[in-house]
Amino acid sequence: MKAFFKRFARNKGAVVGLIILAIILAAAILAPVLYPTSPWRMVTRPFLPPMSPGGFWLGTDALGRDVASGIMHGARVSLIIGLVSTLTALAIGIPIGALAGYFGGLIDDALMRFTEFFQTIPAFALAIVIVAILQPSLYSIVLAIAIVSWPPVARLVRGEVLSLRTREYVQASIVIGQSTSRIILTQVLPNTIAPITVMASIMVASAILLESALSFLGLGDPNMMTWGYMIGAGRTRLIEAWWISFFPGVAIFLTVLALNLVGEGLNDALNPRLSREGG
Amino acid sequence: MSVLTIDNLSLALPKLADRAHAVQGLSLSIDAGETLCVVGESGSGKSMTAHAVIGLLPNAVKPAGGSIKLAGRELIGLTEGEMRKLRGRDVGMIFQEQMTSLNPVMRISDQILETFESHRMFDAQQRMRRTFELLEEVGLPDPKHIARAFPHELSGGQRQRVMIAVALALEPKLLIADEPTTALDVTTQAQILKLVDELRHKHGTAVLFITHDFGVVAEIADDVAVLQNGLCVESGRAQEVLQNPTHDYTKRLLAAVPSLTPPPPKDLSGEPDALIVRNLQKTYGGRGFFSGGSRKVVAAKDVAFTIKRGETLGLVGESGSGKSTVGRCILRLTEPDDGYIKVGDTEFHGVPPRQLRPLRKRIQMVFQDPYASLNPRRTAGRIIAEGPEAQGVPRADAEKRARELLELVGLGASSAERYPHEFSGGQRQRIGIARALALDPDVLVADEPVSALDVSVQAQILDLIQDLQKRLGLAILFVTHDLRVAAQVCDRIAVMQRGEIVELEPTAKLFENPKHPYTRSLLAAVPGAHAKMAAA
Repeated sequence: MKAFFKRFARNKGAVVGLIILAIILAAAILAPVLYPTSPWRMVTRPFLPPMSPGGFWLGTDALGRDVASGIMHGARVSLIIGLVSTLTALAIGIPIGALAGYFGGLIDDALMRFTEFFQTIPAFALAIVIVAILQPSLYSIVLAIAIVSWPPVARLVRGEVLSLRTREYVQASIVIGQSTSRIILTQVLPNTIAPITVMASIMVASAILLESALSFLGLGDPNMMTWGYMIGAGRTRLIEAWWISFFPGVAIFLTVLALNLVGEGLNDALNPRLSREGG
Repeated sequence: MSVLTIDNLSLALPKLADRAHAVQGLSLSIDAGETLCVVGESGSGKSMTAHAVIGLLPNAVKPAGGSIKLAGRELIGLTEGEMRKLRGRDVGMIFQEQMTSLNPVMRISDQILETFESHRMFDAQQRMRRTFELLEEVGLPDPKHIARAFPHELSGGQRQRVMIAVALALEPKLLIADEPTTALDVTTQAQILKLVDELRHKHGTAVLFITHDFGVVAEIADDVAVLQNGLCVESGRAQEVLQNPTHDYTKRLLAAVPSLTPPPPKDLSGEPDALIVRNLQKTYGGRGFFSGGSRKVVAAKDVAFTIKRGETLGLVGESGSGKSTVGRCILRLTEPDDGYIKVGDTEFHGVPPRQLRPLRKRIQMVFQDPYASLNPRRTAGRIIAEGPEAQGVPRADAEKRARELLELVGLGASSAERYPHEFSGGQRQRIGIARALALDPDVLVADEPVSALDVSVQAQILDLIQDLQKRLGLAILFVTHDLRVAAQVCDRIAVMQRGEIVELEPTAKLFENPKHPYTRSLLAAVPGAHAKMAAA
């Protein structure tokens, strides 16, 4: 464990990413404390520029809502959607990949064709259709993101399992008579954790982007303030009131960057042999 | 005058390594046309020495003193550019992995031409002519054809010949060979050794030959240097060192080389049959959609044998002979196409997988690679206890048994809590043996159980297996490519070639009077078979 943190900390970018992530997490947790009123509430004059007196240091939008409050409350939604949809995607992708990789043959063919079916549909279009059919809500958005993002997980896990199942220790557990389900769960899958963790951290980032894009198009949960919605709402006034779209944009940028940096750090820490030499 | 002179060379390892120097105070020299063998076990620093000469040390390892002189020119301190000019022209190198040392997407001819191009020698026509000459010189049949081929179209031995051609293309003064025959079959190894030996006489090339195998040393060395933990413990003329070793470590290494003279046979009369195999068939390939049955590999054809309780049957052959497949078919890790397998009084063939699971405890396996055969995420104790648990033994009892077994294989009960990466290769193999024994099997299939181990560790593991066999009355199917090992541990030996058993005889009889021509060629190819060695 100690060695793990040491290797992680060797990647300076990853540490920076972790710090940014910690700040965003703190913002999400502290949002109801610092801004107890709803982010939807009109609190003052519209179109106040940033650093305005009265504590509106990121300005206000077209309806006089506080942009800073929106960003902090939006952080909760973004992080929750990012995490839950990634976990859902893993819950679909890992079993499919593991079964395909371990059994091979017809089962593999069937599951991989099924996976390809999802991969051939443009992800964003599929997500829009799912959300539009199910009505925009937190649940439908999470489901839509999970459904478009599990195929790469299944492919990754299948590839790992394909190579792991020929390892001698897996053969040994067949020879001692362990049941197949037990072999997959205790011998094979634990050894795929490293690449899955790395992939998951990047998936959280792309889930946040997807959610923002959906909200931007007006397909977000109407009861939740999100970054994508804020950008979408401010886009018509981009020239005269740039800050309404700009600051939520920065928030998305920083979160996605931080998650990618952390993902890279995890990769270095979990796959020490693949990380750069000499460091 | 000597071609290569290494004087008091020290190579520093990074701070966290288990010792300060990869090589310390090493001095040696090679004359033109002579072969110096550097022998040692893994981690002795023998490969580092070779890499230091050609300037290919890993970044973390730095020369810390001493000098390396090639034909009078100091190599330490040369810039990368100067070193590059030297490589190929003055020093050639051949590596162990013949598959990965050749570029898989380049034709053989291009890989040799490349050497001339990078040193700007000859014009296009001369280069081509020289390439054919080289291919012919290293004994490749039909050089024109081979030149057009890609590496994957050649056999392992042919690829190693191409590597030698590349290394010798510019007639270097020094040839460095880093375990060039370790990955090859014995008969191929014998040919490659002979080739290297002929070429160095013909061209007066000095050869620095890195090996772990004293048999190889006996075949080709003029001089020998024995390395232990980075220190040269003994050096001198090869014959002198092999016959009258002075240092304890050399003596121990030589004593650990298994002799080709089998020990007296055991009395096995009256013992019941533990494993009966009849008519075992397995063919690979020919099933694919596009291949249309064109590429079939026969891995087992009418294989039949019987092993008695307490007996060891050796299954020897070269790679691709099907010996491993036979072992795996008997365990039903690979489904045989047909055949009759009886373990004790239980018929093993044709049992559906679910019903097979409880029967599996009767026959267990020891694997080849001690690094791949243990799950890195489980403790030694868990790895051993998993078998009995899968067969329904309560967890506490299984773990108690695991501790007893760790004692039995000489590791101590306290090692149950440790993870595989905390053990050495030999210790890991002991864990693998304990895992197999945890189910009290009647039959043990050992697939090359010692071929990944150093020779001294190899001897200990072989002793352990034989000791356990005596105590537990195991029947062992011992799959190996190493006839020396087979001579020492097997009661009878079956020689396999292309999926068929061509000869099956008691060990002593097979070695004294081999009948099949293939058996004879195998026996003749064992390195150092005719050399005199101190303890052998």
